[in-house]
Amino acid sequence: MSETPGIPAPPEEPPTEQASRIGVDSWVAESEGRRSRTPAALLARGWESSPDALKLLAFVAIASSVPFWMNEGDLFIFGLFTLLYAALGLGLNVVVGFAGLLDLGYVAFYGIGAYAYAELSSSQYGIHWPAEATIPIAMAAAALVGVVLGFASRRLLGDYLAIVTLFLGQAFVFFTNVANPTIAGKGFTGGANGIPQLDPLTFFGYQLTSTKQLYFFLLIVVTLLATALYFANQSRTGRAWRALREDPLAAEVMSIPVNRLKILAFVFGAAVAGLCGAIYAAIETAAVSTNFSVSVLIIIYAIVILGGFGSIAGVFVGAIVINCTFEFLEPQNDHPEVKRWLFYGTIVLLIALMKPWLKPVLVLAGTIGFGFVVHAIVAATTDASWTSGVPVSGGRWIGHWAVIPTGTHANFDNYVYIGLVVAIVCTASLKGWWRTAALVPTLYLTALAWENVLALNGGITAFVLFGAMLIGLMATRPQGLLGTARVEIV
Amino acid sequence: MHLLLFNIIDQIRSLGWNGAFNLLRDGVVLGSLYSLVALGYTMVYGILKLLNFAHGDVFMVGAFIGYGVLAQLGGPLAPALGLAPLLLVMFAVAMLGSGVLGVVIERFAYRPLRDAPRIAPLISALGVVFFLESSVQLITNSTHSEYSNFPVFGPLFTPMFSVAGNPVTVVQVLVVLTAIGLMVALMFLVYRTKLGKAMRATSFDREAASMMGIDTDRVISATFFIGSVLAGAAGVMYGLYLSDTYFFVGFLYGLKAFTAAVVGGIGSIPGAMLGGVLVGVVESYAGGYAGGQWKDIVVFGILILFLLVRPTGLLGGKAIQKV
Repeated sequence: MSETPGIPAPPEEPPTEQASRIGVDSWVAESEGRRSRTPAALLARGWESSPDALKLLAFVAIASSVPFWMNEGDLFIFGLFTLLYAALGLGLNVVVGFAGLLDLGYVAFYGIGAYAYAELSSSQYGIHWPAEATIPIAMAAAALVGVVLGFASRRLLGDYLAIVTLFLGQAFVFFTNVANPTIAGKGFTGGANGIPQLDPLTFFGYQLTSTKQLYFFLLIVVTLLATALYFANQSRTGRAWRALREDPLAAEVMSIPVNRLKILAFVFGAAVAGLCGAIYAAIETAAVSTNFSVSVLIIIYAIVILGGFGSIAGVFVGAIVINCTFEFLEPQNDHPEVKRWLFYGTIVLLIALMKPWLKPVLVLAGTIGFGFVVHAIVAATTDASWTSGVPVSGGRWIGHWAVIPTGTHANFDNYVYIGLVVAIVCTASLKGWWRTAALVPTLYLTALAWENVLALNGGITAFVLFGAMLIGLMATRPQGLLGTARVEIV
Repeated sequence: MHLLLFNIIDQIRSLGWNGAFNLLRDGVVLGSLYSLVALGYTMVYGILKLLNFAHGDVFMVGAFIGYGVLAQLGGPLAPALGLAPLLLVMFAVAMLGSGVLGVVIERFAYRPLRDAPRIAPLISALGVVFFLESSVQLITNSTHSEYSNFPVFGPLFTPMFSVAGNPVTVVQVLVVLTAIGLMVALMFLVYRTKLGKAMRATSFDREAASMMGIDTDRVISATFFIGSVLAGAAGVMYGLYLSDTYFFVGFLYGLKAFTAAVVGGIGSIPGAMLGGVLVGVVESYAGGYAGGQWKDIVVFGILILFLLVRPTGLLGGKAIQKV
């Protein structure tokens, strides 16, 4: 464009997707999405237009078939814990998703529920109340602390609230683990060992002991919770919560009782967490404070955020994805081939989503070729100990492609890991075809890191992944998988 | 509860004036570390109104970079350099490394979220915290790295002078003097240079500053760099002084440094320095008189108290929300 002196050049047209998002109504902004005919868009539209009751029914139908084709051990870690995390996620979704309050002390309520159950249904004080009495008390105890926290934090804005609630989580661990006050001649919370030997869940004389019974019980709890929260979200209170989330100041000006709603959200979340805590304590037959640390918090947050703020269906998707990822990565879980397929499969899938279609083909072919070349060079120039390692996750051909040393090789694994982080940062800073080219060594480094470090330390890897996922999701798709995108209305 | 009170009074009696001085000395040294980390919180908050949760972990990474340099230079048992050059290299690499880390965190975790709802960068920060902590846990195999108790650092722990019979060691003087030096440099940077002027303008009103031709993205990057450099230096000093470094240390120290920033008035640079020393001294006295397990709770109690009673801190200005 030739510049005429004196007349400034017209501003460049913003890309169309962006142009339609700012300053217009969300319905208009999404009109393009409504008209697109790609399979993904059709699927998304079908999902949106089907009634919510049908979705829940489908979920319950599929979930109740699970115990019939899964063995007992897998049902425990994959089925039972997915449901438990889904219930926890539903509670957190009220606080963070509906009301927009960043509650980092959520695990404390979970812990309070567990300890309440432990005090009232164990040989700790010889009280053996049945679950129909203990669980409401556990919920009430957690809710009460929720009220106190809500009152204390009604003046605090976003960031300060996060810090104060984080402190609540720390204080809870301190109280149970260190303070452990002596009441009636016994350490009230049992210190670091916690309270062991809790009663199984007993309702009106009927004991739930087997994994299957617990699974169905939790399924009922989760279904009821989801229904209750669905109606709460549709109600006047739900709308007020959303108003509070979008803009607390504007909500207050509209005469919405902001403080009361904040406390209500805390109480809702706390009661759900208390319920989950009681059930969890009964499942584990022990209440130990380390089970309510910040690492559990990050799992619940990852679930809610991956699923999408304020989306009830999203919590279920998030719980399934996160819990299964976590459990597959756990070292005591012996499914190495599934682990491998999940890891390489996810990467190939993510690459395959790139457009145009030529890019993924080139990148994958390039990575495979690159790997063999590097392996050949390393094998030719160094002694055998550099390449004689066996892939942790099985798969013989990987041993001929990835460089896996045996024995001690002076922090090789650490250099690979740090190199991977640096490579990802560099790749993300590049643009266009340069980025595509940089993907090749980055992907190879990812495989090296997986075989040499990540797969060996699954428990830690899970948290690295969850952390990276939170950063990545916030930057690229803050609404999560099933949440609704927010449109800026100017 | 009153049993605890008796214990405290007993403890105060038995420690006497010498004990009180020793606790004060330890508190001031610890507090200067908090001050350095708190500066990072307060600068970022001032400029972006963002609570950078991950800052405590930048501090932790700084401590580990320092240890890594030590290991690369032949390890603490047989270092290739003398004490003074060794310290210099450790400080330089750790400060630079932390600074770069801070800039990268800003670039990838916070910059894409400049205009997002307020909760988004907080969650992103939570992600950074877990990413950094787990990464360091992975690299160090969850082990503790001990800096000191090695012959090369021996001279650091000899008394330099004594006050009424109570020794003050070299490392304590080193920590306090380095902290003061860095803070003076920071004050000079913020109040006497062009970059400092741009930083102050950006923190006053980002939009207006960018209309005045200030490249606010660069100013924000610079702020993160400077804050993280200070945290990196604090990390190495932490390693030298308290020795025990492990992946979870950033969480607790970050929270306490944040308390210091709030006590001093978040957004205020002199406030962060004052708050850091205050928190350090209070923690030291709480640990000395009531027992080690109480010191964290006392510090967080102060945080809650300040947030509820005087959220603007000691030196912070009144914040009025305009619509």
